[in-house]
Amino acid sequence: MSLWNKHAIFEKNSLILLIGVLIVISIGGLVEVLPLFYMKSTIEEVEGVRPYTPLELAGRDIYVREGCYLCHSQMIRALRDEVERYGHYSLAAESMYDHPFQWGSKRNGPDLARVGNKYSDDWHRQHLNNPRSVVPASIMPSYPWLAQNELDVKHIADNMRTLQIEGTPYTQDMIDNAQADVRAQASDDDAGQAALAKRYPKVVARHFGGQIGKVTEADAVIAYLQMLGAGVDFKIYDEKANIR
Amino acid sequence: MTTSHSAASPHQAKTMTLGEMSLLILSVFAMLGALVIAAKAYTPEYAFHAYVFAAASLASALAIANRYYDRPAEMPAQMIDGKPNYNYGPIKIATIMAVFWGIVGMTAGLLIALQLAYPALNFDLQWISFGRLRPLHTSGVIFAFGGNVLLATSFYVVQRTCRARLAGDLAPWFVILGYNLFIVLAGTGYLLGITQGKEYAEPEWYADLWLTIVWVVYLLIFLATVMKRKEPHIYVANWFYLAFIVTIAVLHLGNNAAIPVSLFSSKSYIVWSGVQDAMIQWWYGHNAVGFFLTAGFLAIMYYFVPKRAERPVYSYRLSIIHFWALIFMYIWAGPHHLHYTALPDWAQTMGMVFSIMLWMPSWGGMINGLMTLSGAWDKLRTDPVLRMLVVSIAFYGMSTFEGPLMSIKVVNSLSHYTDWTIGHVHSGALGWVGYVSFGALYCLVPWIWNRKGLYSLRLVDWHFWVSTIGIVLYITSMWVAGILQGLMWRAYTSLGFLEYSFIETVERMHPFYIIRALGGALYLAGTLIMAWNLYKTIVSPETAQEPMGQAALVPAE
Repeated sequence: MSLWNKHAIFEKNSLILLIGVLIVISIGGLVEVLPLFYMKSTIEEVEGVRPYTPLELAGRDIYVREGCYLCHSQMIRALRDEVERYGHYSLAAESMYDHPFQWGSKRNGPDLARVGNKYSDDWHRQHLNNPRSVVPASIMPSYPWLAQNELDVKHIADNMRTLQIEGTPYTQDMIDNAQADVRAQASDDDAGQAALAKRYPKVVARHFGGQIGKVTEADAVIAYLQMLGAGVDFKIYDEKANIR
Repeated sequence: MTTSHSAASPHQAKTMTLGEMSLLILSVFAMLGALVIAAKAYTPEYAFHAYVFAAASLASALAIANRYYDRPAEMPAQMIDGKPNYNYGPIKIATIMAVFWGIVGMTAGLLIALQLAYPALNFDLQWISFGRLRPLHTSGVIFAFGGNVLLATSFYVVQRTCRARLAGDLAPWFVILGYNLFIVLAGTGYLLGITQGKEYAEPEWYADLWLTIVWVVYLLIFLATVMKRKEPHIYVANWFYLAFIVTIAVLHLGNNAAIPVSLFSSKSYIVWSGVQDAMIQWWYGHNAVGFFLTAGFLAIMYYFVPKRAERPVYSYRLSIIHFWALIFMYIWAGPHHLHYTALPDWAQTMGMVFSIMLWMPSWGGMINGLMTLSGAWDKLRTDPVLRMLVVSIAFYGMSTFEGPLMSIKVVNSLSHYTDWTIGHVHSGALGWVGYVSFGALYCLVPWIWNRKGLYSLRLVDWHFWVSTIGIVLYITSMWVAGILQGLMWRAYTSLGFLEYSFIETVERMHPFYIIRALGGALYLAGTLIMAWNLYKTIVSPETAQEPMGQAALVPAE
């Protein structure tokens, strides 16, 4: 009985109640979140993950804008059927430059973590414009405006600078050349492609199929989709080194 | 009835209060600042939001000035004839907004449900494509409908159980109107493509900052009202409200930490990335469920169920255990949204263990709510409002059993990414949050508008049955759809190949998506019946003889 009476201290003093609540709700969050920032094993050691190019970043921003993450996950779970359907299970390292993460929570459509290089640019272009033209039973909305809207990259350097503050290893060189890199990546024969490839190893630079000389939102989205999951070479990935 | 303030001497000089003065000046500066931002905005969408904010600031300045000229010199009394002079004005607005946003949010939900069955309903228009409407639905029902219900009931309950007038003069108005401005910025932003891409936390940095200001004022009003209470004990409902307000503040700040690209850009990037961002997102996301949709609405249960049943809360001790255990364990449950992902196993396991343990305090709350009906069960036959409240507790019990079940890793491997999750969420959202809200609104409207009773109890009966059928259709179709799709994804042929392509599993969802949309339509129809009933109650001329429920609640022993 006496113990129950002790609870009166919370019931009679709102500030003590407030502090009590704050302490009780802090514990779980601190225990689960903080170690992820300092435990080295959280993010695997792996080759091939690099920051997004300006064009890919612009494409990713559009992916976020249209709410693609609400129907498509980017997280292949370590389950037999998922690995067979989509490819190697996703590594934490593969989304280390994702602000915010886009792992998703629902698959109204398939997982996209490794959609890169699976379909042609033309397929993506048609599919974005009208999904049912290539997948008759698809329930995905059409995104015809992507191919019409010219890509707005006036402020892409500002975006990269913000990400740099947050820890993405963008160099000054990358930020200064952001506009030129957008043009170089979206064409077949731009003089800047060598410099682009130096800044962003293994970058896929090509004309993504739209009107020549005009970079549209569809080009950016396709550039982003085509690099998803294509960075890490799993033939040389040492799974044993990263057991957590 | 003559009160001191209505007979205020006309000769007494009227002066602006410090609050009126400072809020008026702040509003003017906010308007000017917003206009500068509108002029220099990177995108027309952001400029639109700046104009909306400027217009709201202007309206606020005009409203403050107008009120000053209209009001008597003296401020409203704290007590009249020895009774607290309760402040119901802001509560009325929140109540009306709750019903309005409920209809908006559920209509958006019905539309996206139909879009999944018939993709042509996206109409190739960017503003209403699924990806933009879905946040409008989730935020609309959770934060706009649920949020206004919580604001309205918390401002009512804290006054009545503390026997004290709501703290602050303009502050409660600021919270109610400011919160709804946040909803407008968030909702229109989604349609225009302004989102930070985190589920249930889509509003961009400036809307988040605005909400932070509103929320801090909300907390201060709540605390200040509790502090000037005439009752020695803080009533149990207020513990839950306080935990809800404080924890949502912590979660909001943690999850939305972002750096805007520029003051003139709506775009920001979340400071967290990848796996850490995933953990923080679901720490936030699951506790938006735990504290917004559970603790807040449990507070409603702890006031409105005993009040309506005219019985004390079943067990005081159970409410103590239930309260502390619930808020302690909920915080840990987030990682169950990330089973088998790249989140380290130790975190997944912790999330699963605490989610299973969470079953106990959840059912403790359910038992405490249901057993409050002891000796009053017969009222279920005659009072459809009480029936709604009781069924909401039953749904709470059901979905808090289903949740721990789905958090078990092997079960989750089947259910995750499927419609089973959607069904689970809706058994909680439609059955628990929706019904307890409707029950509270049916109680609250006659109380605060001082009406004899509801316009029609028969219509409440209709609302109850129509929406119950809707819920049953919704959750059963989603169970079948989710389990079916989960099984199809992992089905193998006898030769060891995956049996179905992804699109085959999508095709099989079609009939269930239609049944689900039908369920949603019935639920929306129920809400429209309620809106009509509440409207007729408010405009009815029959006032209550005596303001209802003068007796204060005492903590149950």
